[in-house]
Amino acid sequence: MNRTRIIDRTGGIFLIVVLAAGVLIPASNLLLPAGNPLHVPDYMIPLLGKYLCYALLAVAVDLVWGYCGVLSLGHGAFFALGGYAMGMYLMRQIGSRGVYGNPVLPDFMVFLNYKELPWFWEGFNIFPFAMLMVLVVPGTLAFVFGWFAFRSRVTGVYLSIITQAMTFALMLAFFRNDMGFGGNNGLTDFKDILGFPISAPSTRLTLFFLSAVALAAGYLLCRALVTSKYGKVLVAVRDAESRTRFLGYRVENYKLVAWVLSAMLAGVAGALYVPQVGIINPSEFAPAQSIEMVIWVAVGGRGTLVGAALGALIVNAGKTWFTGVLPEAWLFALGALFVLVTLFLPKGVLGLAASLSEKWKARRPSSDPTPSATPAE
Amino acid sequence: MSMLTPSADPYAVKSQGALSLEAELGFLKEEQPAPDRMALTSALLYLDNITVSFDGFRALNALSLVIGEAEMRAIIGPNGAGKTTMMDVITGKTRPNQGVALFAGTNDLTSLDEAAIAQLGIGRKFQTPTVFDMHSVEDNILLAVKADRRPFSNMEWNPSRHERERVEELLERVRLKDSRHRRAGDLSHGQKQWLEIGMLLAQEPRLLLVDEPAAGMTDQETADTAVLLKEIAKTRSVVVVEHDMQFVRDLDVKVTVLHEGSVLAEGPLDQVSADERVIEVYLGR
Amino acid sequence: MMRLPPSVPQAKTSPSTLRTLLLSLLAVLLAGLVASIPARAQSQPDISGIIAKFGNDSYSDTSDAIAALATSGSPQAAAVVEALAAGNLLYDPASKAVFIRTPSGMVDPASGAIVGSAPATLSPVRANNRVRRALDAAAGALTLLNADPAKRLDAAAAVFKSRDAAALPTVEAAIAKETVPAVKAALAQARAAILIGKADAPEPDRRAAIQLIAARGDQDSISLLRSLPANSSPALKAAAEAGITKAEESLKFWAVVQNVWYGLSLGSVLLLAAIGLAITFGVMGVINMAHGEMVMLGAYTTFVVQELIRQKAPYLFDWSLTIALPLAFLFTALVGILIERTVIRFLYGRPLETLLATWGVSLILQQAVRSVFGPTNQEVGAPSWMSGAFQIGQLSITYNRLWIICFALIVFFTLLLVLRRTPLGLYVRAVTQNRRMAAAMGIRTGRIDALTFGLGSGIAGIAGVALSQIDNVSPNLGQGYIIDSFMVVVFGGVGNLWGTLVGAFTLGVANKLLEPFAGAVLGKILLLVFIILFIQKRPRGLFALKGRAVES
Repeated sequence: MNRTRIIDRTGGIFLIVVLAAGVLIPASNLLLPAGNPLHVPDYMIPLLGKYLCYALLAVAVDLVWGYCGVLSLGHGAFFALGGYAMGMYLMRQIGSRGVYGNPVLPDFMVFLNYKELPWFWEGFNIFPFAMLMVLVVPGTLAFVFGWFAFRSRVTGVYLSIITQAMTFALMLAFFRNDMGFGGNNGLTDFKDILGFPISAPSTRLTLFFLSAVALAAGYLLCRALVTSKYGKVLVAVRDAESRTRFLGYRVENYKLVAWVLSAMLAGVAGALYVPQVGIINPSEFAPAQSIEMVIWVAVGGRGTLVGAALGALIVNAGKTWFTGVLPEAWLFALGALFVLVTLFLPKGVLGLAASLSEKWKARRPSSDPTPSATPAE
Repeated sequence: MSMLTPSADPYAVKSQGALSLEAELGFLKEEQPAPDRMALTSALLYLDNITVSFDGFRALNALSLVIGEAEMRAIIGPNGAGKTTMMDVITGKTRPNQGVALFAGTNDLTSLDEAAIAQLGIGRKFQTPTVFDMHSVEDNILLAVKADRRPFSNMEWNPSRHERERVEELLERVRLKDSRHRRAGDLSHGQKQWLEIGMLLAQEPRLLLVDEPAAGMTDQETADTAVLLKEIAKTRSVVVVEHDMQFVRDLDVKVTVLHEGSVLAEGPLDQVSADERVIEVYLGR
Repeated sequence: MMRLPPSVPQAKTSPSTLRTLLLSLLAVLLAGLVASIPARAQSQPDISGIIAKFGNDSYSDTSDAIAALATSGSPQAAAVVEALAAGNLLYDPASKAVFIRTPSGMVDPASGAIVGSAPATLSPVRANNRVRRALDAAAGALTLLNADPAKRLDAAAAVFKSRDAAALPTVEAAIAKETVPAVKAALAQARAAILIGKADAPEPDRRAAIQLIAARGDQDSISLLRSLPANSSPALKAAAEAGITKAEESLKFWAVVQNVWYGLSLGSVLLLAAIGLAITFGVMGVINMAHGEMVMLGAYTTFVVQELIRQKAPYLFDWSLTIALPLAFLFTALVGILIERTVIRFLYGRPLETLLATWGVSLILQQAVRSVFGPTNQEVGAPSWMSGAFQIGQLSITYNRLWIICFALIVFFTLLLVLRRTPLGLYVRAVTQNRRMAAAMGIRTGRIDALTFGLGSGIAGIAGVALSQIDNVSPNLGQGYIIDSFMVVVFGGVGNLWGTLVGAFTLGVANKLLEPFAGAVLGKILLLVFIILFIQKRPRGLFALKGRAVES
């Protein structure tokens, strides 16, 4: 009986590239002189680190969309919640170094006349607790949401729209000052993480390295999951949900497991993202952000995991380039990307590469090429 | 062979898919009274007075049907007679507005969901063959092989020895051994029908619901299918919905004629086809 | 629609400073006049004696005459005072005769009759500061007796506000004369307001006053009743307490009514935004994330039309919305058809892909508008017939909101008619119910798809025309509506226009009723959560289609 290897060729290359980048890029930044063409300048490090976080987020989105057919337009919410959990830890670390010098209350609370720390801020001064919350908070939200949504068999576009409503509602909530999360401005002005100054080059390099490791680990975890029998059931659910039910699988539970795991991965991505960009605010909950994540996955190739990560890197590199050179044109480009990818590249860059190489191979010896497979709706 | 001896204990699979608290409690409730002594009927499937209406339209109208252990029954009827709706009720897809639906005497099918009903031992084959197009033929069978259905029990990479043996056995049986690595989506229509029957057998159901198995098959395939179904029916109950009269004749079993949501006639095919009302329904006035 | 409410309206038109000035003058004057009132003649008084004083050319006589006129109760008094203020009161130095100059000729002040001939040597009665003060004061008192009911009403409201005890006799005199019920009621309230604070007034009168004030049931009545002097009898105090409770209840009632009204208004906005979506999503099953941008384009069409009118033909301004409606419909319908033909038609049957592609379209449209018009809000003016407001009880209704509700309903029923009674509607229903069958019958399904999508988009465009009146016209206008619109359509039941109607108004009213308790943002969040839970309970919405067709 043949079984899919957990690490296939594409995945192997991907893992090597990611881990090598995690080591080599910091090394080049540290060891090579500034004039060397291979030197990665300081400002690039958090930028590239950010891309890695996005790539992990894209892998999380792909797990539910690519393998389970759940198009989430609300993964920004899980990402942001993980980010807020990390941000709360970082806020508590500021201590009395804030503008108002209050040893316990973050600046915005002093400004808003808080007398004492809200209960949900307790414990976030302890790093392990905060890291636990990075997983627990998005996971719990996903569990509650998924529990209701999947049991009542909300599927397809309806599900997409209510995930969007979910993140929209959270955005409105987090914009409120009396929610206790800094309102409009969010959490920022971080000083240090685990005692290391947050803007120090060494901290940034470490965070970059950790992001690469997290991406590799996240990929491996998802890959292990989708190659197991569980993953086969997931794909079965995606392609013929009711058939799967009639085989005796409780579809909602399968979806729920993937959904919660995906939310936790998104939370981790958010937690790594925040110290590298130095701020988390409610705009991360904006529906537009979440839907952009979906296009990363679509660009790279849905249902491939590697493609999702690749798509996140391509689109965000493009975004950085456009906003630097032609800021006006970025939304045109992004909009066009949505349209063109759905119309002409249903399998993304990775699918394109695969079919090109197949054609190339087919031209040499005349073997019959296996028909390409598009995930059904 | 294990597949030929259906489990006598309807609770053998009770803990499967038990992430659902509801289903768990449902079983507990059922379990309190001594199981089989409380059985209301000795029939495997017992439908009484089932009515389903959509916006006033009665798809099923006080339908009653009893299927015994290891019985094969053919269901015929014109379009809109309620054949598919009846299958939907038995498999938990549609909840009847009223009526009793019991499986193995004690299981109230109207209170269970599709997964629970499938785990009880009711398998269903759809009219259009529904297989997992993206999976290989053997993976299709593997997913159907009777086993623990809970997500966390399935996070393994190697099929168990039992699973491998069952897959081999079933591939053999539905004559797809040579196509085992092909994607199911690439099979011919007839092969898909057989693959689906193979998946059904892999579930080791006590009752099979088969919706128009001969549709779109060649004559030879149709005849083979009839033979296969008859063989299956030696050990388990089979309900076949079919339009193809030759196929029904080949099956040579008791026939139930549905019309406008209720049973019009029941008996051997020859007797039924001589019935005035049946002729009227089929040929019009 | 009543223009004159039973209660006294708060004087909205006159600036408050002028009002206070007038009131204080009125008070001063009345204080001096109180004594003379009982002596006043009951029937048509002869004021020729008073008028004669104006002929003396003496400031003090003039002032006295003014004061006397104010309390005379003569119908001519106001005319004389006004003429004097305007410099139209003339006298003949020789004969001391006094005349009012009017456009139609000289008038006798005492009788109001036109005088055939007048001396040529007339000169105006002069005024100094003292006279002018007396004039102002008299004007205040006289407005209670003014010929114009609206003016009397304003004066009564002014007294109600001031609660000056000195005005009581004048008010009572005015009540005795008053014939217009609304004004009489206002005067009675003014009197009651005075009586509540007047500890030495007879107790039964004050009790009646308390009841009268409590019946108003607004914020004024509560503060008035609270101002009951502490030395009042316990019975009165109890009555006042009861009155306050009653007024508070009435206040609550009107607050609910007000919120329901706001809710209906919001519901009409939601309905407008959602109707187009009900067609593209509900009927065609196409998830158009660029729907909000169609609304936005409609609003910008209005803006462009108004700009052109401002520049070329300002006299057409009141017609600008009427002109913009068909243009917005055509423009957005064309854009919609373009999108359908170039993008959406390749994605039928793939809803999630459609969602992503149309989201891309929405980004492009937003950025295009931003590039052309800039990112800031554009000013869209309101035609005169949409400005202003009127009152029902304590409910203030603005014309623009009222028009938008009417408009939303008109659009809704027109659409219903189009879908039910026109060939296009028939084709649309045929194609959406069974595409292949419709194609076999010779219907060009592609063209019907495009037209249907154009119809939905066009309706979004005319929604934009209406929304330009109450929302900021900016490139982000559409984004605010897309989630709400989807919620309305899904809540109401996909494929059911009536569901959209009910859904829009239910959500609108629920939102506004929640707001007082939960605040605007939390109210919206609660509603979103409610809808999320609702969809999970009834995935097919409020008015679900049932049956076999749905199963597929």
